[in-house]
Amino acid sequence: MQVFEVLSPGLLTTVQDRGRYGYQAFGMPVAGAMDDYAFRAANILVGNDPNTAALEITLLGPRLRVLAPTVLAIAGADLGACLNEMELPLWQSVAVQAGDEISFSGPRSGCRAYLAVAGGIDVPVVMGSCSTYLRGETGGFGGRALAAGDVLSAGEATPSARALVGRRPPPELIPSYSCEIDLRVIMGPQDEYFTEAGKETFLSSTYTITNESDRMGCRLAGPKIEHVQGPDILSDGIPLGAVQVPGHGFPIILLADRQTVGGYTKIATVIGADICRIGQAKPGDRVRFHATTRTEAVELLREHEERLKRLAAFIHQDIGRMWGYFIKVKGEHFEVTVQELK
Amino acid sequence: MNTARFLPAGERALVVEFGDEIDPEINGQVRALTAALTAQPLAGVVDVVPSYRSLLVEFDPLTLNPEELERQIQELLTSLSELNLPAPQVTVVPVCYGREYGPDLPFVADHTGLNPEEIISIHSGTDYLIYVIGFTPGYCYLGGMDERLTTPRLKIPRTKVPAGSVGIGNKQTGIYSITSPGGWQIIGRTPLKLYDPYGVSPFLLTAGNYVRFRPVDKEEYDEIAAQVAAGTYQPEVRSLTDGGRGDGAGI
Repeated sequence: MQVFEVLSPGLLTTVQDRGRYGYQAFGMPVAGAMDDYAFRAANILVGNDPNTAALEITLLGPRLRVLAPTVLAIAGADLGACLNEMELPLWQSVAVQAGDEISFSGPRSGCRAYLAVAGGIDVPVVMGSCSTYLRGETGGFGGRALAAGDVLSAGEATPSARALVGRRPPPELIPSYSCEIDLRVIMGPQDEYFTEAGKETFLSSTYTITNESDRMGCRLAGPKIEHVQGPDILSDGIPLGAVQVPGHGFPIILLADRQTVGGYTKIATVIGADICRIGQAKPGDRVRFHATTRTEAVELLREHEERLKRLAAFIHQDIGRMWGYFIKVKGEHFEVTVQELK
Repeated sequence: MNTARFLPAGERALVVEFGDEIDPEINGQVRALTAALTAQPLAGVVDVVPSYRSLLVEFDPLTLNPEELERQIQELLTSLSELNLPAPQVTVVPVCYGREYGPDLPFVADHTGLNPEEIISIHSGTDYLIYVIGFTPGYCYLGGMDERLTTPRLKIPRTKVPAGSVGIGNKQTGIYSITSPGGWQIIGRTPLKLYDPYGVSPFLLTAGNYVRFRPVDKEEYDEIAAQVAAGTYQPEVRSLTDGGRGDGAGI
């Protein structure tokens, strides 16, 4: 079913899911949503499986014309989303009609918003994922960012989607995005390639995100981090959130579209629970790093996942079993939802 | 057999490191552990990223704790010697050297003091071990280039190097898998696709196997390119005859 026509694409709007795993041994980057929490929340709000393809919208949003009645939700950054020029509530599922227009007035907080539609954005699965990997022109919508004139289709919505309209998680499950970002890290794998002074600089300084940041990496400016004997190592695997320090001494946090292997020292790795914070960081924001332990990081990841489970439970509470039907009355087609009374 | 060293890479990944040099034996250990983890994946392991001397193992720490993963990998390593790795294969990669496909061949000739025919003969006279596939999809890091071909990288990298370009960067040689910026001296181009995302098998080469370049003229290049486009080209694959420098012997 065709759901959106792209009137203008915005700065960078791509189709993403949770990423492409299993092909890194062949040099295939994982890609996937930069803020996995907001991405999954948006899907949950419209009754999708959390790993369903959605739009990742960066800073300046697109202008979309709705082509068929459906249910959508926008979660993540506040980019000034509007429905027919009226403010569109975030973190909430909304029913839209054919002819409606979705637009964005400009960024207010955060960097990336996720627009999920009931049934998901329908694009081919390439190597197990719908995510767009821009440099490799692979996956998503034709391997590229959306362009004016593109028409997007959606998969089949679950019957519960209509019943979720207007539902919204409690405020404590909705993150706020600050321009001052604290990131917890686990030191290593190559922290021994840095002097004590270098490690001290890394953990005690404030860094500023530069304009050269993108889905591949977040480049930081600030005090130089000192190596013991140069920044080069034999190229090895790069995990999500690795903080690489090349010869210039400035850290780069490697993100969704990162190269699979690289030859620069990695001083630390951002913990899983904090990756979504860096996914919402924009040029000019300030970052501080704090060392933590692996045990602590696993506990924080568990809490992070629990929050998402609570969000899903809250949104879906009191939804009885449902069935969807298409009926024809006097030549006109109707979509009817039947809900079990509890 | 080098002992493995475990390094944390966040709470969701672990580095298993076997040494600190480019060495066929160390790389063989990486390859063996990769094969073992691929053949019988451990519950909770999400992906593996092999490279020259280490393997990055990504896992879900909520279902598999890191200490347990280390223990299981340690156990796998003790039985690795019994693991039968498939015999390495050599993929023959046709290359049209020089002219518009290899604009830097004259520079390499100037720098090395060899004439273009000698360069082509030396470059295509060796089986190269594929140490790592990575950086970009399908890009291969090859080992074993004859040192006489050593040529520094371009002073100013090109903004666009076409996919299939074969280059020399200092002591290394390799093939660009996707069109990308690059600073290697480009001496030729292959009509084969190292990365074909929508093809039946998206990646032509695998780490641990070998590449042998075969010089072809423009006419044959065009014929192969047409077959590749039609999906009918079968790359020539043969077993390792040690006709090269013997880099992989004993792995």
